[in-house]
Amino acid sequence: MRPELAHDVRITDTTLRDGSHAMAHQFTEEQVRDTVRALDRSGVDTIEVSHGDGIGGSSFNYGFSHTDEMKLIAAARDEAKQAKIAVLLVPGIGTVDHLRQARDAGADMVRVATHCTEADVSPQHFAAARDLGMETVGFLMMAHKTTPEDLAKQARIMVDAGCQCPYVTDSAGALLMHEAKARFEALVAEVGDEAWVGYHGHQNLSLGIANSVLAYEAGVRYIDGSVCALGAGAGNSPTEVLAAVFDRLGVSTGLDVLGLLETAENVVRPYLHRWPKMDRNAIIQGWAGVYSSFLLHAERAAERYKVPAHDILRRCGELGYVGGQEDMIIDVAIQLAAQGGTHATD
Amino acid sequence: MGTVTAAIVGPGNIGTDLFEKLRRSDTIEVGYVVGVVESDGLARARDNGVAASADGVDWLLRQDPLPQLVFEATSAKAHVANAPRYEEAGIQAVDLTPAHLGPMVCPPVNGAEHLDSPNVSMITCGGQATIPIVHAVSRITPVPYAEIVASVSSRSAGPGTRANIDEFTETTARAVEEVGGAARGKAIIILNPVTPPMIMRDTVFCMISPDADRDAVTASIHDMIADVRQYVPGYTLRAEPQFDDPRPDWRDHGRVAVFLEVKGNGDYLPPYAGNLDIMTAAAAQVGEQMARAMVLSGANEVTA
Repeated sequence: MRPELAHDVRITDTTLRDGSHAMAHQFTEEQVRDTVRALDRSGVDTIEVSHGDGIGGSSFNYGFSHTDEMKLIAAARDEAKQAKIAVLLVPGIGTVDHLRQARDAGADMVRVATHCTEADVSPQHFAAARDLGMETVGFLMMAHKTTPEDLAKQARIMVDAGCQCPYVTDSAGALLMHEAKARFEALVAEVGDEAWVGYHGHQNLSLGIANSVLAYEAGVRYIDGSVCALGAGAGNSPTEVLAAVFDRLGVSTGLDVLGLLETAENVVRPYLHRWPKMDRNAIIQGWAGVYSSFLLHAERAAERYKVPAHDILRRCGELGYVGGQEDMIIDVAIQLAAQGGTHATD
Repeated sequence: MGTVTAAIVGPGNIGTDLFEKLRRSDTIEVGYVVGVVESDGLARARDNGVAASADGVDWLLRQDPLPQLVFEATSAKAHVANAPRYEEAGIQAVDLTPAHLGPMVCPPVNGAEHLDSPNVSMITCGGQATIPIVHAVSRITPVPYAEIVASVSSRSAGPGTRANIDEFTETTARAVEEVGGAARGKAIIILNPVTPPMIMRDTVFCMISPDADRDAVTASIHDMIADVRQYVPGYTLRAEPQFDDPRPDWRDHGRVAVFLEVKGNGDYLPPYAGNLDIMTAAAAQVGEQMARAMVLSGANEVTA
């Protein structure tokens, strides 16, 4: 049931989904068309397009989309000649109804994302995806929060529900190399040849690319990147760097290194609000294991309540908040402010 | 004042917690507890001198006298099958399952409107926790859009909720509109596995006009908190309502954000499971309102 691979590694570019966090969900149709056209020409296998928090994510809690994501998905489908179009769906936020709309708009694949211990909320969505004839991926988010053994059990739940590729999703960019490797090996051993295993990295501790190489060596075959690292926190493993590194390693990805560098320079960079970087707040996220998309929300709450963003983020880590609990950032900021945390904002 | 005889169908965690709450009622007397297998819930009922059976609704409908009120905490499928039988027997049903056959009820908002209805739906846990606040805002100023975020401990989310999590988001969103009074609603649920388990948290965001009377909105929210605390003492505001000025991406509307904590009473379920507690407490509250109406109309005298 796992699909044939066209190359040694199947690259999914998530500039237009994870990057939506860094863009505060303000992507325009023109930006999406230009990006998809360039990625498609550069040999990217799969392009993910959605609100950062997945289809149905447009909200007070996560930020409202500038342009209806179904319109963006349709535009992406329209521009892509060879690339497949993927969407993210986080159960509890998005629903099967959103998935049907995305399918109608032209999405080929759904990536169903749950917290790493909560995979049993996903079978409903995998079943719907199979009925709709879509390819399926499962995101086990915040993969640092559970053991390799338990992560493998959660991957099993997804695979049994129809997931073709469970991912080690390092949402906080927190996995050190040995921790990442143990999770890759556990998942590859668990799913055998029933499914592929994927890796989605963040650069908060600068390990996205290194972990991608370890992933390949451990048998992981789906790997994510974003052009200019455009993603939450310090961003994702840059797709253009993945292309260059795998090319040097002699691992085929189908990616055109020079084409991606051109895409980064001339298509993505001009529209960046901010180039994701390893600044204090982002490093705190990797170090304290905080969901990367909390970054902009923490910065906004810091400004509103006059408490440092890095203190908010650290507290979110201590309290064990998971992806989707962006509302708790405001709560934490209010509590810190009440405790007299009136430092200058950074 | 007389009492009304009730039955609890589905003596799992929810049903057993409800049993503990109803034991404190002056108006409702739990006469029967019904399951389909022997369980702790049935044993607990018998220990308290209540007739209990694992022979299901068939057994219940053979009892004399019949209950006047049934609380159903089974599954949507079971309730769909049982509801017509209750109605035929003249028994009012308070439905804690996701079947949603009757009108959706949130006690401090519309509890009094459906006292005669043969069947009422208790919506969802997130709905019970947040709809009072949406209503508290919408009774003061129009709410073109309301969004609720419910965070619950993983341990308090049962297999039924997990297998159909869309049902939660879709039903709650609809109730935010139909019961809460928002023109458009959205609901989000997050399961958090942290240990020790987190107490249920809910956030309510309401879009409001830039010139809405903020003091009146705040006062209305405080009044509503006091109303809910009558049946869920652990229902508290984490902070004063937070007002944000209009933003272009909010269609030039302002926003009020309300941060809630829902700590359960710890009757049978652990206190962190405020999401389950507020369901059983709201169901008990609605049942009491129905029972008082029966007593006042003398309906309880006819069959009891």
